[in-house]
Amino acid sequence: MSSSGSAQPVDARLSGFATLPWRRIILVVLGATIAFVVIAGAYKTLTLPGDERFSGDFWVDQIVNGLGQGAILALIALGYTLVYGILRMINFAHGEVFMAGAFISFFFADAYVKSGFLNSNTYLALTILLIVSIAGSTLVAVLLERIAYRRLRNAPRLVPLITAIGASLFIQSAFRGFFGPQPRGYPLPTLLEGSVVLAGISVAKVQLLVFITAIVAMVALQLFVNRSRTGRSMRAVAADSEIASLMGINVDRVVVITFIVGGILAGIAGLLFALAFTQVVFTMGFRPGIAAFTAAVLGGIGSIGGAALGGFVIGLLQAVGPSLFLKGFGVPSENSLRDVFVFLVLILVLVFRPGGLLGTGDAEKV
Amino acid sequence: MKHRPWLTVVATVAALALVASACSNDDPAPSGGTDSETAAVDEFGTVEIGPDDPINVGVAQVISGADAALGQDQVNGIELALDYLDGKFDQTPGTLLGHQIELAIEDEGCTAEGGQAAATALAADPSIVGVLGTSCSSAALGVGDTILGEKGILLFSGSNTNPALTSEEAHQPFYARTAHNDRIQGAIVAEYALNEQGATKLATIHDESPYTQGLTAAAAVNFEAGDGTVTAQEQINSEDTDFKPVLRSIAEGDPDVLYAPVFVAACSLILKQAVEIMPDVTIMASDGCMSSDTIKNAGDAVNGVFLSSPDISVFQKGDFYSNEFLPAYQDQFGSAPTSVFHAHSFDATNVLFDAIEQVAVENDDGSLSIPRTALRDAVFATSGYEGLTGIITCTELGDCATDVTIGVFEGPNWPVDGGAKPDTPVYSDTKSLEDVL
Repeated sequence: MSSSGSAQPVDARLSGFATLPWRRIILVVLGATIAFVVIAGAYKTLTLPGDERFSGDFWVDQIVNGLGQGAILALIALGYTLVYGILRMINFAHGEVFMAGAFISFFFADAYVKSGFLNSNTYLALTILLIVSIAGSTLVAVLLERIAYRRLRNAPRLVPLITAIGASLFIQSAFRGFFGPQPRGYPLPTLLEGSVVLAGISVAKVQLLVFITAIVAMVALQLFVNRSRTGRSMRAVAADSEIASLMGINVDRVVVITFIVGGILAGIAGLLFALAFTQVVFTMGFRPGIAAFTAAVLGGIGSIGGAALGGFVIGLLQAVGPSLFLKGFGVPSENSLRDVFVFLVLILVLVFRPGGLLGTGDAEKV
Repeated sequence: MKHRPWLTVVATVAALALVASACSNDDPAPSGGTDSETAAVDEFGTVEIGPDDPINVGVAQVISGADAALGQDQVNGIELALDYLDGKFDQTPGTLLGHQIELAIEDEGCTAEGGQAAATALAADPSIVGVLGTSCSSAALGVGDTILGEKGILLFSGSNTNPALTSEEAHQPFYARTAHNDRIQGAIVAEYALNEQGATKLATIHDESPYTQGLTAAAAVNFEAGDGTVTAQEQINSEDTDFKPVLRSIAEGDPDVLYAPVFVAACSLILKQAVEIMPDVTIMASDGCMSSDTIKNAGDAVNGVFLSSPDISVFQKGDFYSNEFLPAYQDQFGSAPTSVFHAHSFDATNVLFDAIEQVAVENDDGSLSIPRTALRDAVFATSGYEGLTGIITCTELGDCATDVTIGVFEGPNWPVDGGAKPDTPVYSDTKSLEDVL
């Protein structure tokens, strides 16, 4: 889990639990059962009699949709993983950081569509919306760090965790109080309506925009963390914040930058989400937040590549998983079980790779 | 293995919690249905009202949050009934048997938890004669109806439509409603899809609420009875945003009509996403989706979407409604009604007042004694009462709206603010409970 001092008491308590032999047995049996369900379910679904079997187009559509959804989740998951890498804390209010960007940019988008600016100068308008969304998310992220987390940095782990949950509820209630509980339709510029055909596959233009923007953002983040001076200090703080501060790195500054980077990514995700689903509401951060946190854990929390991979895996599993693995068993209304399904796969991965897909346990952070 | 055992534990717990929450939707199956109407007259005691004290009537409606418009509209209907006690709308409440009426208003939040809190608060007050509510079926079913029923307090709703509330298995003896039973609405939806749309294949989407489950189940049963095939009955989570996977898998069954009577937020998203995924399929929904917000959020996607809803044009034709009631509503609350159920709650309130007048014992000192069981029996004995919403006759299971007219409205011509004119239904039918499955 970690080598930092504050984590020791939790580790010590749980390691007694971990050495019990039945625990491993139960987990392996559980893992084997899930693996069986996955394999047998996929086989049964793909060999259903002709009229019940899904068409090839069906799978292509679901995969395209899953990748688009996964790209957004990946961007949010990066925010969780960055903060975890630096501070070893789970910022449960990150879903609300994402919501704030989407919600604040709504007011600009709404004004632009009413004045016609959104459709007459679509690129300029989208750029402004992106900046507004990023600004909104970043502001909330920085305020969160400053007000809710900074004083608790050396407190026991559970304290900032509970604070984060409280902050999450506070931000939701604040948005409901200020802007009302009703969902609002987010305008989509006509330029982004319809779909394009790529290599014989029809892809909605919005999905394409989501996918490309997310990839660009992730590559930029990778370059920033690996090549820039600030990125190097971030990695140093992640490796050991005390030694980093002895080496002259301003830890407070690095932490703020981490929250800013997380906020920027959440702001991008917020705008993409709003364009993809054209609706914003104050509760919109909760479910993507949970899914993205799961993605970060699945990929190996603390690992940037892991968060990105985890996001895409969860997005694909949500879209394809229920149909592929459950339909064959004749499960009614299988799509409503997609979250259960995502968690089952998470358990499966953690049983065999406790550090997550790309995590190595404790070596790689940020 | 030893590095991160807690993540596995957290994930396992989360998965189990999700499984549990998915299963908990099945059937609340309250243990009701006992024959307390045959029990002794004053089994639940008598409400004593002092000579100068008001008669306390509970109100459990949703008055905050996203569904507040539904509850506030009914509170307005109830206040107008108080106003009309003296036979005229003059903004001064009338009296009943010489006593003022005082409303104890609780918010039921349109959830089971909210229904429990509101019902518990009202049940704790021994001076409450009866409760007008709830707004949402989820706040009543197995929660409000049971908690109040155990104290012998009548729960009388103007907008609960879930069939289970008045079913043989789940009906609580102190529960009644003037709202229509969704068995009728579901049947008329199925009839419209079969006969007017010529559909042979129907797919349905419901969420975790009893309202949507009752409607889709009723529509599916009646559709199959009319020799149609139901290709899918999918469940969604109302807080989700990406419905494309479920819509895409419904599209594989190639339905003619998709019936998705979910609430505004999910409904607007489904309308927009269904246009992309199944442009040739006719989409139907119900009154839970009928709102100005849906039109604002879904834009062009509402065009050609058929919504079923109580056909208010039927009671709008009444002279009293259009010449006296509606102007009084607008005078007092400064806006047009936000839903149709103000009329149902107005009727429920008047039926309750009539029943109080019948059973209350006026003592010499001016105090009143209202026996609870007798009050309930008087409400249930209502027959042929001419209300705003039509003739009201209560059945043994508490359904007081027996002949219900349901209209089907084609988007964007919906009878809400922001809808196009004319907002008259493209189809309308009247059925009674005996006509439907």
